Amino acid sequence: MLTQPVRSRSLGPRLLRLGLDALAWGLALAWLSFIVWALVASLRPAAEPLGRGDVWFGSTLTLENYRRAWALAPFARYYLNTVLLVLSILGVQVITITLAAFAFAHTRFPGQRLVLFFVLLQLMIPTTALLAPNFATIRRLGLFDTILAIGIPYYGSAFGTFLMRQAFLEVPQDLVDAGIVDGCSWWQLLRHVYLPPSIPTLVAFALSSVAFHWNEFLWPLVVTVSDRSRPLTVGLVRFTQLGEIGARWSLLTAATLLVAAPLLVAFLVFQRRFIQSFLYSGLK
Amino acid sequence: MVRRPPLLPYLLVLPTVVFVALFTAWPTLLAVYQSFFRQRLNIARFREPTFIGWGNYQELFTSPDFQQVLANTAVYVAGTVPVSVVLAFLLAVLVNRRALGIGFQRLAFFYPTILPMVSAATIWMFFLTPDYGLFNQALAFLGYRGPQNWTANPDLALFAVMMVAIWKNAGFFMIFYLAGLQSLPTDVFEAAALDGAGFWHQLWLLTLPMLRRTTLFVTTIAVIGAFQTVDHIFVLTAGGPSNASTVLLYWLWQVRFEYQNVGLAAALTVVLVAILLVFTVTNFVLSERREA
Repeated sequence: MLTQPVRSRSLGPRLLRLGLDALAWGLALAWLSFIVWALVASLRPAAEPLGRGDVWFGSTLTLENYRRAWALAPFARYYLNTVLLVLSILGVQVITITLAAFAFAHTRFPGQRLVLFFVLLQLMIPTTALLAPNFATIRRLGLFDTILAIGIPYYGSAFGTFLMRQAFLEVPQDLVDAGIVDGCSWWQLLRHVYLPPSIPTLVAFALSSVAFHWNEFLWPLVVTVSDRSRPLTVGLVRFTQLGEIGARWSLLTAATLLVAAPLLVAFLVFQRRFIQSFLYSGLK
Repeated sequence: MVRRPPLLPYLLVLPTVVFVALFTAWPTLLAVYQSFFRQRLNIARFREPTFIGWGNYQELFTSPDFQQVLANTAVYVAGTVPVSVVLAFLLAVLVNRRALGIGFQRLAFFYPTILPMVSAATIWMFFLTPDYGLFNQALAFLGYRGPQNWTANPDLALFAVMMVAIWKNAGFFMIFYLAGLQSLPTDVFEAAALDGAGFWHQLWLLTLPMLRRTTLFVTTIAVIGAFQTVDHIFVLTAGGPSNASTVLLYWLWQVRFEYQNVGLAAALTVVLVAILLVFTVTNFVLSERREA
């Protein structure tokens, strides 16, 4: 639509088009310079500080920084913690949101609106803001410094529940009725009638959940004190503050990319799905 | 709709309700309750909570620190939100054209969304390094001769963390505008083009007004997000120098976990939740209307 006027042959629109192209490329390269520089710097020999000579390339490319970063801090453990964290959250969420959404979409029960509104509270009061009182709860439950402590506040998801409820509501009533006539139990209805057409919604939710919890920093910082439970983000920030690291950018960038790589690679592979999922997640 | 055993729906919603009760409803009530008590864990005689009425709120609203933090937060939100939303619109218009490399450009603008904020901030830390940092080099190339130590300069630290947030979020907001642009009816633009309306005319008089709901929606989620993201402050400035880049949530963390002041942190939680409620409720009403 916006290309319409640009297609005409007079000089003005062609100049405009050229100008917009230049602007778009300029901005895109500026945006990309961050990740590109990080990648280049992480492959640079650590013995050649960035302050001297070329800021981009050293004399050779090396993977040494990744090896050193991996050895200087227990990144393997952080990885394991983060993977366990995001998978456990997602696993529990899939169950809780599917069941709750089914109840909201398929059944009518006294007090339904009240319950719905109660669950909605989670969308109104962001969990992030409640870190101080939630910390007290985690302490009282004896969960401090565990992966469970990082994940448990997110085990129920109002956002996921509403997303799935919306998907379930779009399942044709005829299909549901047919299932009931065939004598399906509630579980069979959910499993064979409601869930199959709702899988794309579930996948979109799953991606945004994984991305959010992979990247989360403040809450895990608050409820962990040891490498036993620390996720990658918290590990990275500790790493940047290690005295011996200082301004050794090649080590820092290597560590930074170690943390970000899995999601970035997944994003490159599943771009469309990611963007779709983030479009949904804006509704949060 | 269907007759079921009456207990079932309650059992199905139970797990969700329990988690919302434990980690949303209860902590909100707890914060309100604790905000009326003095409890400071690092001072022996104040370890046990004592009822002090509005004491914490009085302390809060007379504290120069709190005033500075509020002012910083206002600057942060009022600065990052409009800039990133306008930028998002501009980027969406740029990548909604048919041209070579558009997919690549979309990727370039969107990838910061996927990047953990702490990673993004660590990379920015280098770009903001005095002398050889790429940001400073670029500025110097453009003729800038001002101070370069962005994160350690009281006048620039807040601005520095704001830049990171804008860079990180613009691409995220862009996808909403992109979706909006792609849902616009083409015939209106064809008619406008036939009438001789140029690119800027169409953009200003057609596109922007037709996307005002997208703008409203994106602006609300931007505001809500701005109050909740402080990860980059931890990496870049630690709130400093001397509170210059401390915003509400960061200060809340400091008050609770560095100064160990449970009562004051509870009062701060109440304030933050109250502010957030205004925007989350707006957002909810907006998205409900959008679905209707």
